[in-house]
Amino acid sequence: MISDRFLTFFLPLIPLLLLAACSTTHDRLLDADTSQVQLRSIQSRAFDTTDKEKTMRAIIATLQDLGFMLDRADYTLGVVTASKGRGDSMQMQVPATLRVTVTVRPRGEKQLLVRANAEYQRGPVTEPKPYQNFFNSLEKAMFLEAHQVD
Amino acid sequence: MNRILRCRIGSVLLAAALLLSGCAAVTPEADLSLTPEMIQQRQLQTRRFDTTDEQRILKTCAALLQDTGFNIDESDAKLGILTASKERDATDAAQWAVFIVGVFVGVSIPPDKNQIMKAFVSTRPVGTTGKQVAVRVVFERVVFDGEGRLKKMEALNEPQIYQSFFEKLSKALFLEAHDI
Repeated sequence: MISDRFLTFFLPLIPLLLLAACSTTHDRLLDADTSQVQLRSIQSRAFDTTDKEKTMRAIIATLQDLGFMLDRADYTLGVVTASKGRGDSMQMQVPATLRVTVTVRPRGEKQLLVRANAEYQRGPVTEPKPYQNFFNSLEKAMFLEAHQVD
Repeated sequence: MNRILRCRIGSVLLAAALLLSGCAAVTPEADLSLTPEMIQQRQLQTRRFDTTDEQRILKTCAALLQDTGFNIDESDAKLGILTASKERDATDAAQWAVFIVGVFVGVSIPPDKNQIMKAFVSTRPVGTTGKQVAVRVVFERVVFDGEGRLKKMEALNEPQIYQSFFEKLSKALFLEAHDI
């Protein structure tokens, strides 16, 4: 009796559940739910310089100013990853970590494109404001204006 | 009557949960813009040295961190960076006293057990003629309780830590450290 009910009600659910798990992993791996083009524009700025070393040093200095701890940096690839974790469970502050990867690559002959992407509490940061704040801070360290790119 | 009470308890719990979630110590909105406090921190954590040899400063920093028990995690001389970490015991006698008292009154406050201490050094040539190198060091720590649960993540901001680091660096370099 019980096995009959199991067969009719629960068995069809199992492939459905499996399928659901599959698609969510896939969605999260490639973050398919956000518009890639829009996000790229939010996360990128162009600077009128070709000095990669100076730009990367400015990025590192900015992240250090913002209280980030450096995780990884590679000049050849033009990649800097840093994270900022704060919190004290004893003082009712939920420990949270903000992680940022910044990449630098040439854009045309005279510019460098800086792209930042942030991750916060197991999710991507997709709002424009945090990126604006970051590039405002970076502008000060670069002594150069950050240009919006399409 | 019972229902109203349950509703009230529910809403209080919900409010508490909301408050708790609102209390995250880091948020993308607040933590990517510079504040005057951050600039102050920079002054505390930075010194200038009269040299053009940035590499020598990085090497000396690496040696100094090694002397103090750190392991080097990441370095790039071209970018002037160095990060190091060490794992240490975080047992605090006062916390254990609180924990033992807590057990008797039925409150469990797990004491600190382990900590990972991290250091991040960056160097850069400064001055109009590039005759000086600025060194900045930042220390922070992550604390875990006996069960391996994350308890605390904090920047170490005591001025003495930085003063003593730069005193040692200055001695090792045979150079005087200037404030920025």
